[in-house]
Amino acid sequence: MTLAELARPAQDYSYAFLDEFAKREVRRRILKAIAIPGHQVPYASRELPIARGWGTGGLQVTLSIAGPHDIVKVIDQGADDSVNAVNLRRFIARMTGVATTSDAQLATIIQSRHRITEERLREGQVLVLQVPDPEPLRAVEPNISLAREMHADADYALMWLGLYEQVVRFGTFMTGASYPVVVHQRYLMSPSPIPRWDTPMLHQAAHLTLLSAGREKRLYAVPPYTDVRPIEFEDVFFQVENQQGRICEQSGAVNKFMNEIPQPDGSMCYQASDTGYVEKLVRRARGEPVAIGATYYDDDGTFYHPGYLKEQEPDHR
Amino acid sequence: MPLLEVHNYTKRFHVHHLEREILAFEGLEFWLNPGEFMLVRGPNGVGKSTLLRCLYRTCIPTGGQALYDSLHGPGDLARAADVDIALLRRSEIGHVTQFLHPRPRVSALDLAAEPLALAGRMWEDARSEAAEWLEAFRLKRDIWHAYPATFSGGEQQKVNLVRALIRPQRLLLLDEPTASLDVTTRAALIERLRELKARGVALIGVFHHDSDVVGLVDRELRLA
Amino acid sequence: MTSLAFDLPRLLTTAPLLRARRLTKHYGAIPAVAGVDLDVYPGEVLGIVGESGSGKSTILRLLNLEEAPDTGDYTLTIDGYRGRNLFTLDRYDRRALRVRHIGIVYQNPLHGLRMHITSSGNVAERLIMAGERRFATLRNAARDALDASEFPLARMDDIPRRLSGGMQQRVQLAKAIALQPMVLLLDEPTTGLDVSVQALVLDTLKRIQRELHVATIIVSHDLGVIRTLADRVLVMRHGRVVEHGLTDQVLDDPQDAYTQQLVAAKL
Repeated sequence: MTLAELARPAQDYSYAFLDEFAKREVRRRILKAIAIPGHQVPYASRELPIARGWGTGGLQVTLSIAGPHDIVKVIDQGADDSVNAVNLRRFIARMTGVATTSDAQLATIIQSRHRITEERLREGQVLVLQVPDPEPLRAVEPNISLAREMHADADYALMWLGLYEQVVRFGTFMTGASYPVVVHQRYLMSPSPIPRWDTPMLHQAAHLTLLSAGREKRLYAVPPYTDVRPIEFEDVFFQVENQQGRICEQSGAVNKFMNEIPQPDGSMCYQASDTGYVEKLVRRARGEPVAIGATYYDDDGTFYHPGYLKEQEPDHR
Repeated sequence: MPLLEVHNYTKRFHVHHLEREILAFEGLEFWLNPGEFMLVRGPNGVGKSTLLRCLYRTCIPTGGQALYDSLHGPGDLARAADVDIALLRRSEIGHVTQFLHPRPRVSALDLAAEPLALAGRMWEDARSEAAEWLEAFRLKRDIWHAYPATFSGGEQQKVNLVRALIRPQRLLLLDEPTASLDVTTRAALIERLRELKARGVALIGVFHHDSDVVGLVDRELRLA
Repeated sequence: MTSLAFDLPRLLTTAPLLRARRLTKHYGAIPAVAGVDLDVYPGEVLGIVGESGSGKSTILRLLNLEEAPDTGDYTLTIDGYRGRNLFTLDRYDRRALRVRHIGIVYQNPLHGLRMHITSSGNVAERLIMAGERRFATLRNAARDALDASEFPLARMDDIPRRLSGGMQQRVQLAKAIALQPMVLLLDEPTTGLDVSVQALVLDTLKRIQRELHVATIIVSHDLGVIRTLADRVLVMRHGRVVEHGLTDQVLDDPQDAYTQQLVAAKL
């Protein structure tokens, strides 16, 4: 009997690429993050065959929670077909054996960069957001030790000072993507660079959101049905991007988050940024039977939690 | 009990860099009842002003007692705590000196009204009362809103008098208040002092011209 | 201490608002403050004079709870804090106390102001820290406080970097008084200003003191400033109080050799 015959058959990788201890660590960090909504939990962040900054945070979470029966959707800026999304999806499928889809309704795990789906996610689904910079206080407090103290004391006055400055100088809040939110009335959280349009979708959501920054080695979570409030004044309100009057040229969708596409003649045309949703609208228009879920914003642009978004009366200076 | 009872009052200045003691006065004894006027007399440099300053506690006496029967209770002006002296200065004891400390960019009227405001009176109220006093001492109306740093000695002295007299007092220390005043203002001041005395205010004064107050004096203290 | 022993206060019936005992602070082997006691009564201005390095500014930093002393007791007669040594407060309580009850103006505006934030924002920050979340309220309170410190309102949204030294001090002062503190700490507030501007700022300080009736400690090496503002004065040298008394008494009849020298050196 040879030595080779005695040894177990060679395996290049563990299931889901990460070894069991790495996955166990990430799962434990996820549980802690869920227990303290919005609080950043440090984790080891392993090496992966893609570079830090290209979605390794989200990827480690997805690999740690995926099983053979999951169905995974990967999107990048709303698109299922961008190079990064395709590469990540192929890697996840190859390493875990999961099925993949572009349909937000069918997926059990949705890994995303910069967007949340237009269709409402439901209980049991997990949204994994890739995060470049998890620290919402970095802009106002570059010293990370002091920022930690501020989180510990819930001392977020400097954020409101920033809002004050924006209103004084520009008449409105100027933060675009990554609009800071307060989770569960306690921790200030960066929701990753999703547009303001998507920020309200985290509030009292049916699904679980996990946010992970591979380079910064931090992950955090918004559990289902948790309050998420953008920072605002009691008399000057958070506003989402105005999508009024924009029609998706592919699907005819209205009051969804649109990409602007400049035309040679200087005009602008629009495409809904959520390609999975557009694809379903197009198929339905062709007469195919497609199940399309309810969206967070209806076709009049009304958000599904009444009263959450407030009209701003002009000129409060 | 008299308003003020002074025993064995002594003041020596200790000048450290000369390693010398300079005697101002020694072993003074006197008392004063409400409504009495005591004139302090003596040649120049004999410590008349220093005595007033030792009662006001601008200077610290080196020996003796000055028992003062304040509305807040009896106390020794020589040894009372600083905050007690500050309280008495706000409410009972006034000191009229020959010198005004004008503050830059503060008008004559505001400077005159300030002691009343500090004693808790509304600002506008204090200003209108200060205006009456300035009127009584005939300070020209058109300089009320000017800065006293540029005033003549007599004009500064008028502002100074108002600052000292405007607050209700029980003991008033007068250090040559008439020195740089013209005849009419001097008469107005003496008239005011007469009113205060009639209301029961005790006065201790050093006067350049003793003849000014000849009709007011109840008692004399001679320093030598 | 050369000052003669005086009686304890007997006529004044109010208690001191601020009381500090045995304040001591070393930097390495150097004693910056070596056993200082002080009391400040409501509405009173206490001056602290002394040459550079005598420990005057260190005392203000201790009383502002910016630094921890080596030893010392510090109490304020304020509801919720009575009888507690404030040096033992945790970070959270310390911050709440400072926001609500202590205002400070530093000699260097860089220490007291955020130079890239509008002047009104610098003042509003204090209200935000106290929990105010209405923009209109912040705006009005900032305007009122700046107005009270005689800051030109047309410039309330300029950043401090673009303001003159005198105006920067006014922004600091507005920030300090925005919430009507019980204690106001002034660290050389007019040093470094032109003489004419200095006079204006002094006048503002005097008026605010009169109107707010706040317990104030002013640190200065300028005896003129001290004579103008302070009711009582402490003279410090090498971290110790060498003399204390009523301001006119300390300046006109100084007892201690060092104070006599200090007063004689005044121009």
